Amino acid sequence: MTLIVEATHRLGAFTLDAGFTAEGGVTALFGRSGSGKTSLIRMIAGLSKPDRGRLVIDGDVLVATDDHVFVPKHRRRFGYVFQEARLFPHLSVRQNLNYGSWFASRHEPKSAKAGEFDRVVQLLGIDHLLDRRPSHLSGGEKQRVAIGRALLSSPRLLLMDEPLAALDEERKAEILPYLERLRDETETPIVYVSHSVQEVARLADRVVMMRDGKVAAIGTPAEVLSGASFLAGDRAGDRVSDRRDAGAVLSGVIETIDRAHRLITVRLSSSAIILPNAQGEQGQTVRLHIPERDVMVATQRPEGLSALNIIGGRVAALEPDGEGMVRVRIACGSDMILARITALSVERLALQIDRPVFAVIKTVALER
Amino acid sequence: MGLDWLALSDDEWVAIRLSLWVSTVAMFVSLPFGIFVAYLLARGKFWGKSILNGLVHMPLILPPVVTGFLLLVLFGRRGVIGAFLSEYLGIVLSFRWTGAALACGVMGFPLMVRSIRLSIESVDRKLEEAAGTLGASPVFVFATVTLPLILPGIIAGMILCFAKAMGEFGATITFVSNIPGETQTLSAAIYTFTQVPGGDVGAMRLTLVAIVISFVALLASEFLAYLVGRKVHVE
Repeated sequence: MTLIVEATHRLGAFTLDAGFTAEGGVTALFGRSGSGKTSLIRMIAGLSKPDRGRLVIDGDVLVATDDHVFVPKHRRRFGYVFQEARLFPHLSVRQNLNYGSWFASRHEPKSAKAGEFDRVVQLLGIDHLLDRRPSHLSGGEKQRVAIGRALLSSPRLLLMDEPLAALDEERKAEILPYLERLRDETETPIVYVSHSVQEVARLADRVVMMRDGKVAAIGTPAEVLSGASFLAGDRAGDRVSDRRDAGAVLSGVIETIDRAHRLITVRLSSSAIILPNAQGEQGQTVRLHIPERDVMVATQRPEGLSALNIIGGRVAALEPDGEGMVRVRIACGSDMILARITALSVERLALQIDRPVFAVIKTVALER
Repeated sequence: MGLDWLALSDDEWVAIRLSLWVSTVAMFVSLPFGIFVAYLLARGKFWGKSILNGLVHMPLILPPVVTGFLLLVLFGRRGVIGAFLSEYLGIVLSFRWTGAALACGVMGFPLMVRSIRLSIESVDRKLEEAAGTLGASPVFVFATVTLPLILPGIIAGMILCFAKAMGEFGATITFVSNIPGETQTLSAAIYTFTQVPGGDVGAMRLTLVAIVISFVALLASEFLAYLVGRKVHVE
């Protein structure tokens, strides 16, 4: 799959001027509210029309304003998951799920559809809800049904616009594992809009970072979320909020699951890290995001400390921000952990490149 | 005196049946137009929308006699539309039960449109947007999402139109007169009774019938709204 998006649109004082290319997998449109990411995904879906723009998927031109091409939303075959579930209240869950397949049937043989229905229902864990009405579902269940409904319309691209933003933390934790399975088990490419570093770090294969209607950076989650562009805000207030979430994105394999303590151990390149109450199966690959402000640096292995994660490494870089803070890049095997500490601490510990150090991370800070 | 006075005469039965028939026809024939106009008023953006709105509501404000007279001018044998209808389609409205149905329909139309329009305006357009992204064309979106969601409003509008038609008197009698067996509806029959000496008993009989019919219509609408309401739980 190749998706080419280019859009220019003016809305009052706000100007959207953005473009990106996406291959398969999960492409995250990431940025804070007002950065234009929702406007952009709505244009991809055909819910709004850009002043000027182009949208091409696998050579199929859906929008080309210069040539007056605009394929309406119902002929694009893009699934869309909204922030609110938007289930049809007059239909049962089963009918909601089948809604899109009435129209998709032209593209697919019937036998494939029955199997697909069971597979999606299994994947999202909604088999016990099929005969209920949407009004009798919890927020998390509604959103899972909405995801299933979009998937069952046999889309060639799945668009998700902050699908977790309207849910509380518990519900988010309930749905995120399903989204990970969705990414790993279906071939449908996904464009995922989010302002949450956690979600992007866990789900995205590629991140398109947006700021003020423009694309600020494109790259892997590790590159974008720990890179300089993530910090380079143009307003002071923004920079603070960005910094709170900056951090390393690592991937590893679940090694052991300690059900008694509700902890899992994830094997990284040279070390292991312990996470709290996360769902998962042994051997599953997971991504984790370690916010740099939650990492402490020690020059000796600390003892008598409650923090479970004490990871040895070497200082790879010291990046002072000129405002009294320093970002320390610590190489632990092939993984890079980031820590944000004061310049005073750097002086006291006499940190310098290549010095062996320990990164200390509270397990509680890694609650997913 | 026993309960014999409650027995309805043949002429009275005819008037009751005619009234029910005329009101039912008026209700069903207005329905598609009612939905169309309500949709235009709720969603349309066009020049002259307030003029259309005013026109639809005219029968509600004008004296019924005026509406009846206007119908006579337009739909009478020599009226602009009436002449066309009888010449090319063979439909004669003046002094026929069809004319009574037209008068009743016109009088009930604003009530029907109002009710349906309000329910269309209360439909969450985000649901229609979602249906579009699932591959439904605008026509399908209307048929599978909008229409089921406005069903309570449609039912309410139909009942209101029916009730108005049952009670309609002024416009009907002006347009199609008061011919027993053809245009003499329940209201007209009651009126006729009150114009002759000793007609009070007949008038009372028909009044009781009118009360029963109105009450049954009301109960039916409540019941239908309950059935639909059980299905349509707005989130």
